[in-house]
Amino acid sequence: MLLNQFLLLAAGLFAIGVYGVLARRNAVLVLMSVELILNAVNINLVAFGAFNGTVTGEVFALFVIAIAAAEVGVGLAMVLLMYRNRKSIDITQVDAMKG
Amino acid sequence: MLSNVLLYAGEVATGPSTTENANWFLRNAWIFPLIPAISFLLILFLGKRMPKKGAEIGIASVGICFLLAIATGVSWIDHRDNYEGAGHGSSEEHSTDEGSHSEEGALTITDTATGAVDPVSLAAEEGEAKEEKHPSVAVQREVTWFQTGGVEFGVGILVDGMAVMMLFVVTLISLLVHIYSTDYVGGDRRYTHYFAFLSLFTASMLLLVLSSSTLQLITAWELVGVCSFALIGHWWEEKPNSDAALKAFLTNRVGDMGLLTGMIILFFTAGQTFNIVEINEKAIAGQISHTALLVASLCLLAAVMSKSGQFVLHTWLPDAMAGPTPVSALIHAATMVVAGIYMVARLYGVFFEGLSIGGSSVNALAVMGAVTLIGGGALAFVQTDIKKVLAYSTVSQLGYMAMALGVGAWTAALFHLFTHAFFKAGLFLGSGSVAHAVHSFDMKKDMGGLRKAMPTTFWTFLICSLALVGIFPLSGFWSKDEILAGTGGRGLFGGTGGNGAYTTMLLMGIIGAAMTAAYMTRCIYLTFFGEFRGHGHPHESGKRITVPLIILSVLAVGSGLLNLPKGLAGIPKSFQLKFEHVVEPVAPYFPPIAHATPSYSLAIVASLVGLLGIAVAYWYYFVKVEAASKEAGRSLTELPDGITSKSALFRAGHTLLVNKYYFDHLYQGVIANGVKGPIARAAYWFNQNVLDRTVDTVGRTSVTAGNLVYRYVDQGLVEGVVNGTGLLSNEAGQELRRMQTGRVQQYAAILFAAATVLAGIFIVIV
Amino acid sequence: MIAAVLAQAVEIQPLTADDTLVAQNIAFGVIAAVMLYSAFRMVTTRNVVHAALYLVIVLAGTAAQFLLAGAEFIAATQVLVYIGAIVVLFLFGIMLTRGSLGVEELERNERRGMAALVAVLLAVVTGYALIDGFENTRFEVASPSTTAQVSDSIFSQYIVPFEAASVLLLAALIGAIVIARKD
Repeated sequence: MLLNQFLLLAAGLFAIGVYGVLARRNAVLVLMSVELILNAVNINLVAFGAFNGTVTGEVFALFVIAIAAAEVGVGLAMVLLMYRNRKSIDITQVDAMKG
Repeated sequence: MLSNVLLYAGEVATGPSTTENANWFLRNAWIFPLIPAISFLLILFLGKRMPKKGAEIGIASVGICFLLAIATGVSWIDHRDNYEGAGHGSSEEHSTDEGSHSEEGALTITDTATGAVDPVSLAAEEGEAKEEKHPSVAVQREVTWFQTGGVEFGVGILVDGMAVMMLFVVTLISLLVHIYSTDYVGGDRRYTHYFAFLSLFTASMLLLVLSSSTLQLITAWELVGVCSFALIGHWWEEKPNSDAALKAFLTNRVGDMGLLTGMIILFFTAGQTFNIVEINEKAIAGQISHTALLVASLCLLAAVMSKSGQFVLHTWLPDAMAGPTPVSALIHAATMVVAGIYMVARLYGVFFEGLSIGGSSVNALAVMGAVTLIGGGALAFVQTDIKKVLAYSTVSQLGYMAMALGVGAWTAALFHLFTHAFFKAGLFLGSGSVAHAVHSFDMKKDMGGLRKAMPTTFWTFLICSLALVGIFPLSGFWSKDEILAGTGGRGLFGGTGGNGAYTTMLLMGIIGAAMTAAYMTRCIYLTFFGEFRGHGHPHESGKRITVPLIILSVLAVGSGLLNLPKGLAGIPKSFQLKFEHVVEPVAPYFPPIAHATPSYSLAIVASLVGLLGIAVAYWYYFVKVEAASKEAGRSLTELPDGITSKSALFRAGHTLLVNKYYFDHLYQGVIANGVKGPIARAAYWFNQNVLDRTVDTVGRTSVTAGNLVYRYVDQGLVEGVVNGTGLLSNEAGQELRRMQTGRVQQYAAILFAAATVLAGIFIVIV
Repeated sequence: MIAAVLAQAVEIQPLTADDTLVAQNIAFGVIAAVMLYSAFRMVTTRNVVHAALYLVIVLAGTAAQFLLAGAEFIAATQVLVYIGAIVVLFLFGIMLTRGSLGVEELERNERRGMAALVAVLLAVVTGYALIDGFENTRFEVASPSTTAQVSDSIFSQYIVPFEAASVLLLAALIGAIVIARKD
């Protein structure tokens, strides 16, 4: 198989994920898009691992999965807090850093 | 980890003949942390169903440990004495086998006596010091915990005099505190958890004491920190208590960064080993560069600062008094807070070489100790909470120990640690007994005149205070005198033969002794003399509280006799320097320190200064305040402050002390808020005041300039251009301001776009 | 993007005679197309629950791709952790913040345009870099890597990252509780 199959697929998913992060207003959807980005990274890691014939790529993909789980946990907790305080999870309304 | 030791310790014994010759108690010291650890689990899971709610498990386990500690102590003394004969012959040939100890690695060697090389010692010339130099007989056993990347992570035990001494102290105080607690926290809603954590703390502290590797030391260090956190916040329903627990924990984190950094530096510079003996040997043999040792020991000093309450990270220790009093006695006076001192003593090779303790007259450790000694003592004067007086006194005494280590008086530091554990634990438990009777810790509001109501508490408190002040012949006198003599002090008052000329430290130590005497007199006056100012009728505490007090005060009187100075007339030679003989390792892993010769004049001067401190405070409180109080017919809390209201200088000093040198303000108001306070605010400010103003100023300047030009130079031609420039700048400012929308997604878009463009440029170029 | 991937996948057919490889490539192409479509729908659909279901498809597709690359253990983990746990977590998140369940208000065009621009730019740059850099790099999956190999690697060479990850999870656990609790 071509290495590029995997890499281009990952690149596509990554770009779509970035679009989701930048365009969506719903905080949960933003988090989901972040998951998409992390998945794209995982595909790259596994593909390169298979290419090199070692399991290193897989091991790091595992770490990414663990970290993604942690990120979702904390992220959703923050979304919940935001919902509780503002009755909305529209992230465009969070603009305390406005200049 | 403990289970690993349990599984393998029977099979693996790495020590050479010393270890094999040691008896069962010394070889199997790993059992010490194990017993309270098991007790912790038992109390946690079964405690509530036991008739005494788990307290009996804790007491039984610590009691067993205490008996084992005595057995271990006896075995150690025996072991040490037996080796004396064997090592005696080789003790004079120290120059021949200089290099051999480094190859032996982790093993403790029996036939080298490098300790006798003594560059600074004046006493060595007298031929006396050399006789004491015998090979160390430390018992060391290690098992591999795990192995990764070619590095073995070992855990094990390192039993030598210092460890045996600490085993005795920790188990004894812990046992007394357990017994005391059954009364003191009786009926508490988390009684079982309290005993569970006491057990866990005892286990962690014993693990720390027996550590043979730095990794194990760090683990135990953090474990005792966690237990301290849990026990300070035992009554966490009240906000100040949980705040104090958090403060203790977070302050210790600051120091732990230093601990980790220092240990990592040592790990790599000592050739990837965690073994304490090996690190020390390499440091002493000069195989680690001086710079590395210096940096490592400075990093480790941060850990000492936080754990042992040294300036400037001492602020958590007085707040930690929010915990139950027996906890303060065990953790924040006798055992955990000396972990920093113990760590320095353990890695003394590193500190001795890194800070160039020998032959110098000032170094970071000694300065830190001396500053803490004076600063902590001064703070004790203005406290109204009896426990806080004792807490600052602990800070001050820990400063003594750190200073002693800093000037090279290793044995004196450890001896002071030993005696201090008894009398300070006695003082804390005594204050707990008082508080138990009057239901308050406030000396000014709720105490006074308690000596008749609580005679046992009063007498034990008084004895322990006198020991702390250092009155002959109580234990504090001997240990404090040894520290003062150990400073060398350029022969001041006849003290000679130290590691350097630490005259400043000697003076600071003497001043500290006077301060100790004065604030303890004040504390005793406010608590036990004058009129009773509280409510109700205080009465003496029960047997479970008074018996530990009596035991501790007996030890406070007698423990000083364990290390009588050499050459004291009328004392048989076998009683002299017993402690030093047993505790001080003389081995390749211990640096060649010099031993100061004590002097009568120094002892007399220090004692007189202490008595002077007592006398001044006595005159002020027992005579002046008492008379003023009688005259006005009011209790002393309602009297106008005497000296502070008369002199502006004193008032300023008093304010400074009441605010604890503003350290808390610095940490909380300046540092914490500066970091915690949203960075957005800073960004906003930057935006408003710098960016906008810059842009606006540019615009305005342009407009002004334009107007000037318009007015003075050319009204027609340049007008349009200039106005345009001004307008442009103004517009640009408005536009730039809009970039700061506060919308995270827009920032993210810019981030991604910029990263992509940079990546594209990179690809094109490469 | 889809076209590029498919083209690469299809282009390979005449180059290799191996039949299994052809089958693998076809499978890859089909799954990849489904994944990219689902991902695209996920970020554009207005219904948040639908978005979560599209996410499931993408994640399952990723697991299938892992199988094709011979990473069996990761594929199983992907299904268990992502689809089994993380998506459920998302559904809970959507439920608990029910105010936004259903139709999301229309996005401002300007922002979507900006996001699309950045995404396309990113896709073009990475796509160009990949095609330029790994044009004909091939690899064979001789035998799938076993769970034993993965575990050996984790627990010997990567023990420290592993421990760090466990500490991270603990910290995240505590952090999530602290952030989300009511007090």
